[in-house]
Amino acid sequence: MVAQIVSLLALAATIVPCLLYFFGAIGLDAVKLTALIGTIVWFIATPFWMGRKLPVDAKEVEI
Amino acid sequence: MSEEERKSGGEFEREPVPDSALLGPGKFWGMYAGEHTAGTEFMIGPLFLAAGASLQDLFFGLLLGNVLAVLTWRFLVTPIAMSKRMTLYYQLERIAGGSLVRFYNLVNGLLFCFLAGAMVTVSASAVGIPFDIFYEAPAATFGFGAPSFTALVVVVGVVMAVVAAAGYETVARVANIAAPWMIAVFAACGIVSLVQMNATSVGALTEGRFWAEAIDFVQEKNGPQTFGFWQIVVFAWLCNGAMHFGMADLSIFRFARCKSSGWAPSIGMFLGHYMAWIAAGLLLAALIKVAPDATVGSDGKVSANPGLLAFQALGWTGIICVVIAGWTTANPTIYRAGLALQGVMPKSSRTTMTLVAGAVATVAGAFPNLSAQLLGFVGTYGTVLGPMGAVILVDFYLMKKFGLVDEYAAHSGVGINLAVLIAWLLPVGVGLYLIFWKGLFAAYAVIPAWFACGVIYLALSKLTQKPVAAK
Repeated sequence: MVAQIVSLLALAATIVPCLLYFFGAIGLDAVKLTALIGTIVWFIATPFWMGRKLPVDAKEVEI
Repeated sequence: MSEEERKSGGEFEREPVPDSALLGPGKFWGMYAGEHTAGTEFMIGPLFLAAGASLQDLFFGLLLGNVLAVLTWRFLVTPIAMSKRMTLYYQLERIAGGSLVRFYNLVNGLLFCFLAGAMVTVSASAVGIPFDIFYEAPAATFGFGAPSFTALVVVVGVVMAVVAAAGYETVARVANIAAPWMIAVFAACGIVSLVQMNATSVGALTEGRFWAEAIDFVQEKNGPQTFGFWQIVVFAWLCNGAMHFGMADLSIFRFARCKSSGWAPSIGMFLGHYMAWIAAGLLLAALIKVAPDATVGSDGKVSANPGLLAFQALGWTGIICVVIAGWTTANPTIYRAGLALQGVMPKSSRTTMTLVAGAVATVAGAFPNLSAQLLGFVGTYGTVLGPMGAVILVDFYLMKKFGLVDEYAAHSGVGINLAVLIAWLLPVGVGLYLIFWKGLFAAYAVIPAWFACGVIYLALSKLTQKPVAAK
Protein backbone atom coordinates (compact mmCIF):
# COMPACT_ATOMS: atom_id res chain seq x y z
CA MET A 1 0.00 0.00 0.00
CA VAL A 2 2.80 2.42 0.95
CA ALA A 3 4.74 1.48 -2.19
CA GLN A 4 1.65 2.11 -4.29
CA ILE A 5 1.22 5.60 -2.84
CA VAL A 6 4.91 6.34 -3.42
CA SER A 7 4.55 5.17 -7.03
CA LEU A 8 1.52 7.38 -7.50
CA LEU A 9 3.42 10.39 -6.14
CA ALA A 10 6.35 9.54 -8.41
CA LEU A 11 4.06 9.45 -11.43
CA ALA A 12 2.59 12.79 -10.38
CA ALA A 13 6.10 14.21 -10.10
CA THR A 14 6.66 13.20 -13.72
CA ILE A 15 3.55 14.76 -15.22
CA VAL A 16 2.21 17.51 -12.91
CA PRO A 17 5.23 19.86 -13.22
CA CYS A 18 4.68 19.88 -16.99
CA LEU A 19 1.18 21.19 -16.46
CA LEU A 20 2.54 23.85 -14.08
CA TYR A 21 5.08 24.74 -16.77
CA PHE A 22 2.28 24.91 -19.33
CA PHE A 23 0.48 27.46 -17.16
CA GLY A 24 3.68 29.42 -16.51
CA ALA A 25 4.01 28.58 -12.81
CA ILE A 26 7.50 27.01 -12.96
CA GLY A 27 10.50 26.86 -15.31
CA LEU A 28 11.74 24.03 -17.55
CA ASP A 29 14.72 23.18 -15.33
CA ALA A 30 12.36 22.48 -12.43
CA VAL A 31 10.27 20.28 -14.71
CA LYS A 32 13.31 18.25 -15.75
CA LEU A 33 14.53 17.84 -12.16
CA THR A 34 11.19 16.71 -10.72
CA ALA A 35 10.60 14.37 -13.66
CA LEU A 36 13.97 12.73 -13.04
CA ILE A 37 13.30 12.33 -9.33
CA GLY A 38 9.85 10.93 -10.13
CA THR A 39 11.40 8.47 -12.58
CA ILE A 40 13.95 7.17 -10.09
CA VAL A 41 11.35 6.80 -7.34
CA TRP A 42 8.91 5.09 -9.75
CA PHE A 43 11.40 2.38 -10.66
CA ILE A 44 12.38 1.83 -7.03
CA ALA A 45 8.85 1.70 -5.60
CA THR A 46 6.78 0.08 -8.35
CA PRO A 47 8.44 -3.37 -8.51
CA PHE A 48 7.40 -3.85 -4.85
CA TRP A 49 3.73 -4.03 -5.80
CA MET A 50 3.36 -4.40 -9.56
CA GLY A 51 3.80 -7.85 -11.03
CA ARG A 52 5.02 -9.50 -7.81
CA LYS A 53 2.06 -11.83 -7.38
CA LEU A 54 2.35 -14.05 -10.39
CA PRO A 55 -0.23 -16.75 -11.14
CA VAL A 56 0.58 -20.26 -9.99
CA ASP A 57 1.35 -21.31 -13.53
CA ALA A 58 3.82 -18.48 -14.08
CA LYS A 59 6.78 -20.83 -14.37
CA GLU A 60 5.16 -22.58 -17.27
CA VAL A 61 3.44 -19.70 -19.02
CA GLU A 62 5.47 -16.72 -19.94
CA ILE A 63 3.35 -13.83 -21.08
CA MET B 1 6.33 -30.68 -17.05
CA SER B 2 6.98 -33.24 -19.75
CA GLU B 3 10.40 -33.69 -21.35
CA GLU B 4 9.11 -32.27 -24.65
CA GLU B 5 7.52 -29.31 -22.91
CA ARG B 6 10.74 -28.62 -21.02
CA LYS B 7 12.73 -28.60 -24.26
CA SER B 8 10.36 -26.11 -25.83
CA GLY B 9 10.62 -23.79 -22.86
CA GLY B 10 7.32 -24.91 -21.34
CA GLU B 11 5.32 -22.39 -23.35
CA PHE B 12 2.98 -24.77 -25.17
CA GLU B 13 4.56 -23.90 -28.48
CA ARG B 14 3.45 -27.12 -30.17
CA GLU B 15 0.20 -27.92 -28.38
CA PRO B 16 -3.00 -26.07 -27.42
CA VAL B 17 -2.75 -24.04 -24.23
CA PRO B 18 -4.52 -25.96 -21.42
CA ASP B 19 -7.25 -24.31 -19.33
CA SER B 20 -4.96 -24.29 -16.29
CA ALA B 21 -2.60 -21.88 -18.08
CA LEU B 22 -5.14 -19.30 -19.20
CA LEU B 23 -4.67 -15.69 -18.12
CA GLY B 24 -7.06 -12.88 -17.28
CA PRO B 25 -7.42 -9.62 -19.24
CA GLY B 26 -5.12 -7.62 -16.91
CA LYS B 27 -1.99 -9.33 -18.22
CA PHE B 28 -2.89 -8.42 -21.78
CA TRP B 29 -3.65 -4.77 -20.99
CA GLY B 30 -0.29 -4.34 -19.30
CA MET B 31 1.55 -6.06 -22.09
CA TYR B 32 -0.07 -4.08 -24.89
CA ALA B 33 0.39 -0.76 -23.08
CA GLY B 34 4.10 -1.45 -22.88
CA GLU B 35 4.43 -2.74 -26.41
CA HIS B 36 2.76 0.03 -28.36
CA THR B 37 4.06 2.94 -26.32
CA ALA B 38 7.45 2.30 -27.71
CA GLY B 39 10.73 3.60 -29.01
CA THR B 40 9.37 3.56 -32.53
CA GLU B 41 6.77 6.18 -31.56
CA PHE B 42 9.64 8.64 -31.08
CA MET B 43 10.52 7.92 -34.71
CA ILE B 44 7.10 7.65 -36.35
CA GLY B 45 5.60 10.85 -34.87
CA PRO B 46 8.31 13.08 -36.36
CA LEU B 47 8.06 11.19 -39.67
CA PHE B 48 4.41 12.29 -39.98
CA LEU B 49 5.54 15.88 -39.62
CA ALA B 50 8.41 15.37 -42.05
CA ALA B 51 5.98 13.81 -44.56
CA GLY B 52 3.76 16.90 -44.44
CA ALA B 53 0.70 15.58 -42.57
CA SER B 54 -1.55 18.39 -41.32
CA LEU B 55 -2.38 18.47 -37.61
CA GLN B 56 -6.12 18.13 -38.30
CA ASP B 57 -5.63 15.10 -40.53
CA LEU B 58 -3.36 13.60 -37.91
CA PHE B 59 -5.95 13.99 -35.10
CA PHE B 60 -8.87 12.51 -37.03
CA GLY B 61 -6.96 10.08 -39.24
CA LEU B 62 -5.22 8.43 -36.31
CA LEU B 63 -8.52 8.22 -34.42
CA LEU B 64 -10.25 6.33 -37.22
CA GLY B 65 -7.27 4.15 -38.07
CA ASN B 66 -6.74 3.06 -34.47
CA VAL B 67 -10.43 2.19 -34.00
CA LEU B 68 -10.21 -0.04 -37.07
CA ALA B 69 -7.07 -1.70 -35.75
CA VAL B 70 -8.64 -2.50 -32.37
CA LEU B 71 -11.75 -3.93 -34.04
CA THR B 72 -9.53 -6.14 -36.19
CA TRP B 73 -7.74 -7.54 -33.14
CA ARG B 74 -10.95 -8.13 -31.25
CA PHE B 75 -13.09 -9.67 -33.97
CA LEU B 76 -10.53 -11.28 -36.27
CA VAL B 77 -7.75 -12.54 -34.02
CA THR B 78 -9.26 -13.22 -30.60
CA PRO B 79 -12.04 -15.67 -31.58
CA ILE B 80 -9.66 -17.89 -33.56
CA ALA B 81 -6.95 -17.66 -30.90
CA MET B 82 -9.37 -18.72 -28.14
CA SER B 83 -10.84 -21.53 -30.21
CA LYS B 84 -7.57 -23.07 -31.39
CA ARG B 85 -5.22 -21.95 -28.58
CA MET B 86 -2.16 -22.51 -30.75
CA THR B 87 0.71 -20.29 -31.84
CA LEU B 88 0.50 -18.79 -35.31
CA TYR B 89 3.40 -20.97 -36.36
CA TYR B 90 2.01 -24.28 -35.20
CA GLN B 91 -1.41 -23.47 -36.64
CA LEU B 92 0.14 -22.60 -39.99
CA GLU B 93 2.16 -25.80 -39.91
CA ARG B 94 -1.05 -27.80 -39.67
CA ILE B 95 -2.55 -25.89 -42.61
CA ALA B 96 0.40 -25.18 -44.88
CA GLY B 97 2.79 -28.03 -44.09
CA GLY B 98 6.06 -28.15 -42.21
CA SER B 99 8.37 -27.23 -45.08
CA LEU B 100 6.35 -24.23 -46.19
CA VAL B 101 5.95 -22.92 -42.68
CA ARG B 102 9.69 -23.15 -42.15
CA PHE B 103 10.18 -20.76 -45.07
CA TYR B 104 7.42 -18.48 -43.81
CA ASN B 105 8.96 -18.56 -40.32
CA LEU B 106 12.31 -17.55 -41.73
CA VAL B 107 10.79 -14.55 -43.56
CA ASN B 108 8.72 -13.72 -40.49
CA GLY B 109 11.67 -13.95 -38.13
CA LEU B 110 13.93 -11.83 -40.32
CA LEU B 111 11.30 -9.08 -40.63
CA PHE B 112 10.78 -9.13 -36.86
CA CYS B 113 14.54 -8.85 -36.47
CA PHE B 114 14.67 -5.77 -38.70
CA LEU B 115 11.84 -4.15 -36.76
CA ALA B 116 13.62 -4.91 -33.49
CA GLY B 117 16.80 -3.56 -35.07
CA ALA B 118 15.11 -0.22 -35.67
CA MET B 119 14.29 -0.11 -31.97
CA VAL B 120 17.87 -0.93 -31.05
CA THR B 121 18.87 2.11 -33.14
CA VAL B 122 16.32 4.30 -31.37
CA SER B 123 17.52 3.20 -27.92
CA ALA B 124 21.15 3.73 -28.92
CA SER B 125 20.31 7.26 -30.09
CA ALA B 126 19.34 8.06 -26.50
CA VAL B 127 22.18 6.20 -24.81
CA GLY B 128 24.63 8.12 -26.98
CA ILE B 129 23.48 11.62 -25.97
CA PRO B 130 25.47 11.81 -22.68
CA PHE B 131 28.58 10.58 -24.51
CA ASP B 132 28.21 12.99 -27.45
CA ILE B 133 27.61 10.03 -29.77
CA PHE B 134 24.92 11.15 -32.20
CA TYR B 135 22.50 9.29 -34.41
CA GLU B 136 22.59 10.48 -37.99
CA ALA B 137 20.96 8.72 -40.94
CA PRO B 138 23.46 8.21 -43.79
CA ALA B 139 22.39 8.64 -47.41
CA ALA B 140 22.59 4.91 -48.24
CA THR B 141 19.92 2.57 -46.83
CA PHE B 142 22.60 0.09 -45.75
CA GLY B 143 25.16 2.67 -44.71
CA PHE B 144 26.67 2.71 -41.21
CA GLY B 145 26.57 5.72 -38.92
CA ALA B 146 29.66 6.94 -37.08
CA PRO B 147 31.88 4.07 -35.75
CA SER B 148 31.15 5.15 -32.17
CA PHE B 149 27.40 4.95 -32.84
CA THR B 150 27.77 1.49 -34.42
CA ALA B 151 29.68 0.29 -31.34
CA LEU B 152 26.94 1.65 -29.12
CA VAL B 153 24.29 -0.18 -31.15
CA VAL B 154 26.19 -3.45 -30.57
CA VAL B 155 26.26 -2.91 -26.80
CA VAL B 156 22.55 -2.03 -26.64
CA GLY B 157 21.61 -4.93 -28.93
CA VAL B 158 23.52 -7.51 -26.88
CA VAL B 159 21.84 -6.39 -23.65
CA MET B 160 18.40 -6.54 -25.28
CA ALA B 161 19.01 -10.00 -26.74
CA VAL B 162 20.13 -11.45 -23.41
CA VAL B 163 17.09 -10.04 -21.60
CA ALA B 164 14.74 -11.32 -24.30
CA ALA B 165 16.33 -14.77 -24.03
CA ALA B 166 15.50 -14.78 -20.33
CA GLY B 167 11.87 -15.18 -21.37
CA TYR B 168 8.56 -13.51 -21.76
CA GLU B 169 7.87 -13.37 -18.04
CA THR B 170 10.80 -11.02 -17.51
CA VAL B 171 9.79 -8.87 -20.47
CA ALA B 172 6.15 -8.65 -19.41
CA ARG B 173 7.18 -7.68 -15.88
CA VAL B 174 9.42 -4.83 -17.06
CA ALA B 175 6.80 -3.67 -19.57
CA ASN B 176 4.17 -3.70 -16.85
CA ILE B 177 6.30 -1.65 -14.50
CA ALA B 178 7.42 0.87 -17.10
CA ALA B 179 4.16 1.33 -19.00
CA PRO B 180 2.34 3.94 -16.83
CA TRP B 181 5.50 5.96 -16.36
CA MET B 182 6.36 5.83 -20.05
CA ILE B 183 2.92 7.07 -21.04
CA ALA B 184 3.29 9.94 -18.56
CA VAL B 185 6.67 10.85 -20.06
CA PHE B 186 5.29 10.88 -23.62
CA ALA B 187 2.47 13.16 -22.47
CA ALA B 188 4.97 15.35 -20.61
CA CYS B 189 7.13 15.62 -23.75
CA GLY B 190 4.11 16.80 -25.75
CA ILE B 191 3.10 19.39 -23.16
CA VAL B 192 6.63 20.77 -22.79
CA SER B 193 6.93 20.98 -26.58
CA LEU B 194 3.74 23.02 -26.81
CA VAL B 195 5.12 25.53 -24.30
CA GLN B 196 8.42 25.71 -26.18
CA MET B 197 6.43 26.70 -29.28
CA ASN B 198 4.31 29.22 -27.33
CA ALA B 199 1.21 27.17 -28.13
CA THR B 200 -0.38 27.55 -24.71
CA SER B 201 -3.66 29.21 -25.61
CA VAL B 202 -6.77 27.68 -27.12
CA GLY B 203 -6.39 29.99 -30.11
CA ALA B 204 -2.80 28.94 -30.80
CA LEU B 205 -3.67 25.25 -30.40
CA THR B 206 -6.65 25.34 -32.76
CA GLU B 207 -4.87 27.50 -35.30
CA GLY B 208 -1.92 25.07 -35.37
CA ARG B 209 0.50 27.56 -36.89
CA PHE B 210 3.38 26.04 -34.89
CA TRP B 211 2.85 22.76 -36.77
CA ALA B 212 2.52 24.39 -40.19
CA GLU B 213 5.71 26.39 -39.63
CA ALA B 214 7.59 23.22 -38.72
CA ILE B 215 6.34 21.50 -41.88
CA ASP B 216 7.47 24.50 -43.94
CA PHE B 217 10.95 24.25 -42.42
CA VAL B 218 11.23 20.51 -43.10
CA GLN B 219 9.97 20.83 -46.65
CA GLU B 220 12.35 23.70 -47.35
CA LYS B 221 15.24 21.39 -46.41
CA ASN B 222 13.94 17.99 -47.57
CA GLY B 223 11.75 18.99 -50.51
CA PRO B 224 7.92 18.99 -50.76
CA GLN B 225 5.94 15.94 -49.59
CA THR B 226 2.29 15.22 -48.81
CA PHE B 227 0.71 12.74 -46.41
CA GLY B 228 -3.09 12.92 -46.55
CA PHE B 229 -5.98 11.86 -44.32
CA TRP B 230 -6.53 8.40 -45.83
CA GLN B 231 -2.83 7.63 -45.81
CA ILE B 232 -2.85 8.35 -42.07
CA VAL B 233 -5.97 6.21 -41.53
CA VAL B 234 -4.56 3.25 -43.46
CA PHE B 235 -1.13 3.56 -41.85
CA ALA B 236 -2.58 3.68 -38.31
CA TRP B 237 -4.83 0.71 -39.08
CA LEU B 238 -2.24 -1.45 -40.77
CA CYS B 239 1.09 -0.54 -39.21
CA ASN B 240 0.53 -3.60 -37.02
CA GLY B 241 -1.05 -5.50 -39.91
CA ALA B 242 1.22 -8.49 -39.35
CA MET B 243 -0.03 -8.71 -35.76
CA HIS B 244 -3.78 -8.56 -36.43
CA PHE B 245 -4.54 -9.22 -40.12
CA GLY B 246 -1.50 -11.51 -40.19
CA MET B 247 -2.60 -13.26 -36.97
CA ALA B 248 0.83 -13.12 -35.31
CA ASP B 249 -0.95 -12.23 -32.08
CA LEU B 250 -2.67 -15.60 -32.05
CA SER B 251 0.48 -16.57 -30.15
CA ILE B 252 -0.49 -14.07 -27.45
CA PHE B 253 -4.27 -14.39 -27.33
CA ARG B 254 -4.11 -18.20 -27.18
CA PHE B 255 -3.66 -17.62 -23.44
CA ALA B 256 -6.82 -15.45 -23.16
CA ARG B 257 -9.39 -16.69 -20.68
CA CYS B 258 -12.16 -14.39 -21.98
CA LYS B 259 -12.91 -12.54 -25.20
CA SER B 260 -12.70 -9.13 -23.53
CA SER B 261 -8.91 -9.57 -23.59
CA GLY B 262 -9.24 -8.81 -27.30
CA TRP B 263 -9.89 -5.16 -26.47
CA ALA B 264 -6.51 -4.86 -24.74
CA PRO B 265 -4.69 -3.56 -27.83
CA SER B 266 -6.83 -0.42 -27.55
CA ILE B 267 -4.62 0.87 -24.71
CA GLY B 268 -1.60 0.47 -26.91
CA MET B 269 -3.29 2.08 -29.87
CA PHE B 270 -4.71 5.16 -28.20
CA LEU B 271 -1.85 5.87 -25.87
CA GLY B 272 0.99 4.73 -28.10
CA HIS B 273 -0.28 5.21 -31.63
CA TYR B 274 -2.30 8.33 -30.91
CA MET B 275 -1.10 10.38 -27.98
CA ALA B 276 2.54 9.29 -28.23
CA TRP B 277 2.76 9.77 -32.01
CA ILE B 278 1.35 13.27 -31.75
CA ALA B 279 3.59 14.06 -28.76
CA ALA B 280 6.64 12.80 -30.65
CA GLY B 281 5.69 14.89 -33.67
CA LEU B 282 5.44 17.91 -31.38
CA LEU B 283 8.96 17.16 -30.10
CA LEU B 284 10.41 17.64 -33.59
CA ALA B 285 8.29 20.74 -34.18
CA ALA B 286 9.58 22.20 -30.90
CA LEU B 287 13.22 21.42 -31.66
CA ILE B 288 12.79 23.09 -35.06
CA LYS B 289 11.43 26.14 -33.21
CA VAL B 290 14.09 26.39 -30.47
CA ALA B 291 17.18 24.97 -32.21
CA PRO B 292 16.56 24.45 -35.93
CA ASP B 293 20.23 23.75 -36.70
CA ALA B 294 20.18 20.73 -34.36
CA THR B 295 17.61 19.02 -36.60
CA VAL B 296 19.65 19.35 -39.78
CA GLY B 297 22.16 16.61 -40.56
CA SER B 298 25.44 16.84 -42.44
CA ASP B 299 23.55 16.23 -45.71
CA GLY B 300 21.52 19.41 -45.13
CA LYS B 301 18.28 17.49 -44.51
CA VAL B 302 16.09 17.35 -41.42
CA SER B 303 16.18 14.01 -39.60
CA ALA B 304 14.66 13.01 -36.27
CA ASN B 305 17.13 11.93 -33.60
CA PRO B 306 14.81 10.36 -30.98
CA GLY B 307 17.27 10.65 -28.13
CA LEU B 308 18.00 14.31 -28.83
CA LEU B 309 14.30 15.15 -29.21
CA ALA B 310 13.43 13.65 -25.84
CA PHE B 311 16.50 15.14 -24.15
CA GLN B 312 15.70 18.70 -25.24
CA ALA B 313 12.19 18.38 -23.78
CA LEU B 314 12.68 16.47 -20.53
CA GLY B 315 16.44 16.09 -20.05
CA TRP B 316 17.61 12.81 -18.51
CA THR B 317 14.06 11.55 -18.06
CA GLY B 318 13.59 11.81 -21.82
CA ILE B 319 16.73 9.79 -22.46
CA ILE B 320 15.71 7.09 -19.98
CA CYS B 321 12.28 6.96 -21.60
CA VAL B 322 13.64 6.47 -25.12
CA VAL B 323 15.92 3.67 -23.91
CA ILE B 324 13.21 1.85 -21.97
CA ALA B 325 10.56 2.42 -24.66
CA GLY B 326 12.86 0.88 -27.25
CA TRP B 327 13.75 -1.94 -24.91
CA THR B 328 10.19 -2.95 -23.98
CA THR B 329 9.23 -3.12 -27.64
CA ALA B 330 12.39 -4.72 -28.97
CA ASN B 331 12.26 -7.47 -26.38
CA PRO B 332 8.89 -9.00 -27.31
CA THR B 333 9.80 -8.55 -30.96
CA ILE B 334 13.10 -10.41 -30.54
CA TYR B 335 11.24 -13.01 -28.50
CA ARG B 336 8.72 -13.49 -31.31
CA ALA B 337 11.52 -13.65 -33.85
CA GLY B 338 13.09 -16.37 -31.69
CA LEU B 339 9.84 -18.33 -31.83
CA ALA B 340 9.75 -17.87 -35.61
CA LEU B 341 13.32 -19.08 -36.04
CA GLN B 342 12.63 -21.98 -33.71
CA GLY B 343 9.99 -23.00 -36.24
CA VAL B 344 12.81 -23.44 -38.77
CA MET B 345 14.70 -25.67 -36.36
CA PRO B 346 12.09 -27.19 -34.01
CA LYS B 347 14.68 -29.17 -32.04
CA SER B 348 16.63 -26.06 -31.05
CA SER B 349 15.92 -24.31 -27.77
CA ARG B 350 13.98 -21.08 -27.72
CA THR B 351 16.76 -19.40 -25.76
CA THR B 352 19.35 -20.11 -28.45
CA MET B 353 17.05 -18.93 -31.23
CA THR B 354 16.19 -15.76 -29.30
CA LEU B 355 19.90 -14.97 -29.02
CA VAL B 356 20.30 -15.57 -32.78
CA ALA B 357 17.35 -13.25 -33.45
CA GLY B 358 18.91 -10.65 -31.14
CA ALA B 359 22.18 -10.84 -33.06
CA VAL B 360 20.40 -10.28 -36.39
CA ALA B 361 18.44 -7.38 -34.86
CA THR B 362 21.69 -5.83 -33.64
CA VAL B 363 23.22 -6.03 -37.12
CA ALA B 364 20.06 -4.45 -38.59
CA GLY B 365 20.18 -1.75 -35.91
CA ALA B 366 23.63 -0.74 -37.09
CA PHE B 367 22.02 0.73 -40.24
CA PRO B 368 20.36 3.93 -38.99
CA ASN B 369 18.48 4.53 -42.24
CA LEU B 370 16.28 1.50 -41.64
CA SER B 371 14.71 3.24 -38.64
CA ALA B 372 14.35 6.47 -40.65
CA GLN B 373 12.25 4.56 -43.20
CA LEU B 374 9.84 3.09 -40.69
CA LEU B 375 6.67 4.39 -42.40
CA GLY B 376 7.47 2.37 -45.51
CA PHE B 377 8.98 -0.58 -43.67
CA VAL B 378 5.99 -1.38 -41.46
CA GLY B 379 3.67 -1.26 -44.49
CA THR B 380 5.90 -3.67 -46.40
CA TYR B 381 6.12 -5.86 -43.33
CA GLY B 382 2.30 -6.05 -43.18
CA THR B 383 2.08 -6.77 -46.90
CA VAL B 384 4.47 -9.71 -46.65
CA LEU B 385 3.19 -11.28 -43.43
CA GLY B 386 -0.45 -10.19 -43.37
CA PRO B 387 -1.82 -12.46 -46.11
CA MET B 388 -1.07 -15.64 -44.14
CA GLY B 389 -3.71 -14.45 -41.69
CA ALA B 390 -6.27 -14.76 -44.48
CA VAL B 391 -5.25 -18.41 -44.93
CA ILE B 392 -5.90 -19.05 -41.24
CA LEU B 393 -9.22 -17.22 -41.36
CA VAL B 394 -10.44 -19.08 -44.44
CA ASP B 395 -9.27 -22.38 -43.00
CA PHE B 396 -11.06 -21.73 -39.71
CA TYR B 397 -14.38 -20.36 -41.01
CA LEU B 398 -14.88 -21.48 -44.60
CA MET B 399 -13.16 -24.76 -45.46
CA LYS B 400 -15.77 -27.05 -43.96
CA LYS B 401 -18.60 -24.89 -45.32
CA PHE B 402 -17.22 -25.44 -48.81
CA GLY B 403 -16.87 -29.17 -48.25
CA LEU B 404 -13.11 -28.98 -47.94
CA VAL B 405 -10.68 -30.34 -45.34
CA ASP B 406 -9.34 -27.84 -42.82
CA GLU B 407 -5.75 -28.17 -41.53
CA TYR B 408 -5.10 -30.01 -44.76
CA ALA B 409 -1.38 -30.54 -44.24
CA ALA B 410 -1.94 -32.15 -40.84
CA HIS B 411 -4.56 -34.49 -42.30
CA SER B 412 -2.83 -35.33 -45.59
CA GLY B 413 0.76 -35.31 -44.35
CA VAL B 414 2.04 -33.05 -47.17
CA GLY B 415 5.12 -30.95 -46.46
CA ILE B 416 4.01 -28.09 -48.67
CA ASN B 417 0.36 -27.21 -49.26
CA LEU B 418 0.59 -25.78 -52.78
CA ALA B 419 -2.68 -23.89 -52.39
CA VAL B 420 -1.17 -21.92 -49.49
CA LEU B 421 2.18 -21.39 -51.19
CA ILE B 422 0.65 -19.90 -54.34
CA ALA B 423 -2.05 -17.98 -52.46
CA TRP B 424 0.62 -16.33 -50.32
CA LEU B 425 3.41 -15.63 -52.81
CA LEU B 426 1.27 -14.40 -55.70
CA PRO B 427 -0.38 -11.39 -54.02
CA VAL B 428 2.75 -10.65 -51.98
CA GLY B 429 4.82 -10.62 -55.16
CA VAL B 430 2.39 -8.24 -56.85
CA GLY B 431 2.29 -6.07 -53.72
CA LEU B 432 6.08 -5.84 -53.47
CA TYR B 433 6.31 -5.00 -57.18
CA LEU B 434 3.82 -2.15 -56.73
CA ILE B 435 5.64 -0.89 -53.62
CA PHE B 436 9.23 -1.02 -54.84
CA TRP B 437 8.84 -0.47 -58.58
CA LYS B 438 5.68 1.61 -58.85
CA GLY B 439 6.07 3.67 -55.67
CA LEU B 440 2.80 2.55 -54.03
CA PHE B 441 2.44 3.66 -50.40
CA ALA B 442 3.30 0.35 -48.71
CA ALA B 443 0.39 0.21 -46.26
CA TYR B 444 -2.09 0.43 -49.17
CA ALA B 445 -1.02 -3.03 -50.35
CA VAL B 446 -1.86 -4.89 -47.12
CA ILE B 447 -5.62 -5.37 -47.44
CA PRO B 448 -5.76 -6.13 -51.18
CA ALA B 449 -3.01 -8.74 -50.71
CA TRP B 450 -4.85 -10.18 -47.70
CA PHE B 451 -8.16 -10.56 -49.54
CA ALA B 452 -6.49 -11.93 -52.67
CA CYS B 453 -4.63 -14.50 -50.60
CA GLY B 454 -7.82 -15.72 -48.90
CA VAL B 455 -9.75 -16.03 -52.16
CA ILE B 456 -6.90 -17.75 -54.00
CA TYR B 457 -6.37 -20.17 -51.11
CA LEU B 458 -10.04 -21.18 -51.13
CA ALA B 459 -10.19 -21.54 -54.92
CA LEU B 460 -6.93 -23.51 -55.16
CA SER B 461 -7.94 -25.76 -52.26
CA LYS B 462 -11.10 -26.61 -54.19
CA LEU B 463 -8.96 -27.54 -57.18
CA THR B 464 -6.06 -29.33 -55.48
CA GLN B 465 -7.38 -31.05 -52.34
CA LYS B 466 -7.55 -34.83 -52.49
CA PRO B 467 -9.63 -37.00 -50.16
CA VAL B 468 -7.86 -37.72 -46.88
CA ALA B 469 -8.49 -40.36 -44.25
CA ALA B 470 -10.38 -39.00 -41.22
CA LYS B 471 -8.19 -38.57 -38.13
